[in-house]
Amino acid sequence: MAAVKPLLETHGLGRSFGGLRAVDGVDFSLPEGETHAIIGPNGAGKTTFVSLICGRVAPTDGRVVFDGKDISLMPAHKRVRAGIAYTFQITSVFANLTAFDNVALAVQRQLIDDHERGLSSRALTEHGMDALQKVGLGGYADKVAGNLSYGHQRLLEVAMGLALRPRLLILDEPTQGLSDSEIENFIALVRQIGEEATVLLIEHNMDVVMALAERITVMEQGRILAQGAPAEIRANQAVQQAYLGG
Amino acid sequence: MTRLTPSTKSVALHIGVVLALLALNFLLPEYHRGVFARVLVLAVFAMGYNLAFGYTGLLSLGHAMFFAAGLYGAGLTIYHLEWSVWPAFGAGLAAGVVVALVVGFLALRTTGVAFMIVTLMFAQVFYLMTLYFTTYTRGEEGLVLPQETRVLGFPGGMLDLSDPSTRYLVALSLFAIVLAAILFLVRAPYGRSLIAIRENEERMRMLGYNVFVNKLMAVVLSGLFCAASGAAYAVLFGYVGSGFAAIQYSILPLLWVLVGGAAATLGPLIGTLFMFYVIDTASSYTTAHLMVVGLVLIGVILFFPKGIIGTVRERWLPWLP
Repeated sequence: MAAVKPLLETHGLGRSFGGLRAVDGVDFSLPEGETHAIIGPNGAGKTTFVSLICGRVAPTDGRVVFDGKDISLMPAHKRVRAGIAYTFQITSVFANLTAFDNVALAVQRQLIDDHERGLSSRALTEHGMDALQKVGLGGYADKVAGNLSYGHQRLLEVAMGLALRPRLLILDEPTQGLSDSEIENFIALVRQIGEEATVLLIEHNMDVVMALAERITVMEQGRILAQGAPAEIRANQAVQQAYLGG
Repeated sequence: MTRLTPSTKSVALHIGVVLALLALNFLLPEYHRGVFARVLVLAVFAMGYNLAFGYTGLLSLGHAMFFAAGLYGAGLTIYHLEWSVWPAFGAGLAAGVVVALVVGFLALRTTGVAFMIVTLMFAQVFYLMTLYFTTYTRGEEGLVLPQETRVLGFPGGMLDLSDPSTRYLVALSLFAIVLAAILFLVRAPYGRSLIAIRENEERMRMLGYNVFVNKLMAVVLSGLFCAASGAAYAVLFGYVGSGFAAIQYSILPLLWVLVGGAAATLGPLIGTLFMFYVIDTASSYTTAHLMVVGLVLIGVILFFPKGIIGTVRERWLPWLP
């Protein structure tokens, strides 16, 4: 069997903040189509690591390769257009705009890229409503985003990511602050997304991780501590120590 | 009965406002018609400012330079090169766009307070340049454009821009064109992008937008409208002087927009009109008119914290654009 071509690779990727080595020489490879979870204790460098991938933070050393191209020097907005979408850890919707306007902002960017000009308002409405319906917010299109419940704002955040039609969707702690029933729906949603896109998920809730991830990377102090299928990670001695402080 | 959609209502309202202003040309007494003509031209300045400040969230303290670029672009070419009004107006617009492009390119590397200071400094440089080249500009004293140069050529004949009625109608035409352009812009996807940049720049970057380029376009469009106002002022009122490049002409549009309502299409008109008449009325009763103006402004801020139109929209008419 031929090896699946990796969609994303990092080589010796690192970032220092002053004397702190937040991400320390990480070599990472993500095959196309995989749903991959990154776990680790607080301050392990997970968010910094994905920020380096999507371009919000510039690396101090190392390279990022996406779809065979070195994107280490590419500005964030171009990486988004290349197919990397990032949903924020702290909900970051446009609170004063309606839910529809929020996704429309993502859709119109996408449509401008596809056809350069001639952005039809019908296509905009269709694509926007489609993204809202996928996350189950079809009935909330005209509601002002800031007035939605927290769980719905998180879903809106995901809908904005989906509306970009990414090849790689990075979800940064998407279930933080959600209720149990919301989490269940969320798992089903991410599963559905995972059929079309590659998903990189930072998550603390181990039930979510175990339900979704095909492979797991454990980070600690800016380095990769372990990597493997969920069952391997569960059995890993070093991981148990890092988590249980043993 | 059919219910009107917000979009039809707002278009109807804007057309209604323009028609009402047209009727005023025939109804207003001479003095007030003159005031209104001036207000209409300056409201264009405020609308240009509103695009940068109200919609995009760029608090500039240097917009006098865009207004003055239009003013001098038109005035100097008429006075020294004896250009006719149309090409001179074009020169004013071009000057505004060039200045906005250069200043925007440099100033947009900063945000917030630094952006205010950088734009203020550029505007001071522009102001001092109008004084330095006093041979051509005659500085504070300024240039008076002779009446015979202020005629607008048309295929069917000539319009004397110093005639009060013509002046009012030309000012109204410019106002209507810019109002329509702004209304179109803010309802188009581009307008939504600008508002979103004001709300959350980082999120926009992560939706794939080149925030810098979008902001630069907003500054250039803003500069274009402000320059149109300045160029129209030169040809309609026939006076070009350094005073229009000074700091108070950077602060006035901010004040007009805040009083009328930021990020509201009709806010600049209402704000400019209101401030003109407050100052006019107060100064006819007392020499301490600035004290009255101050008190009125405090009242406006207390009762209309989002500006007149902004507060009306928030409380009663949410469909106002």
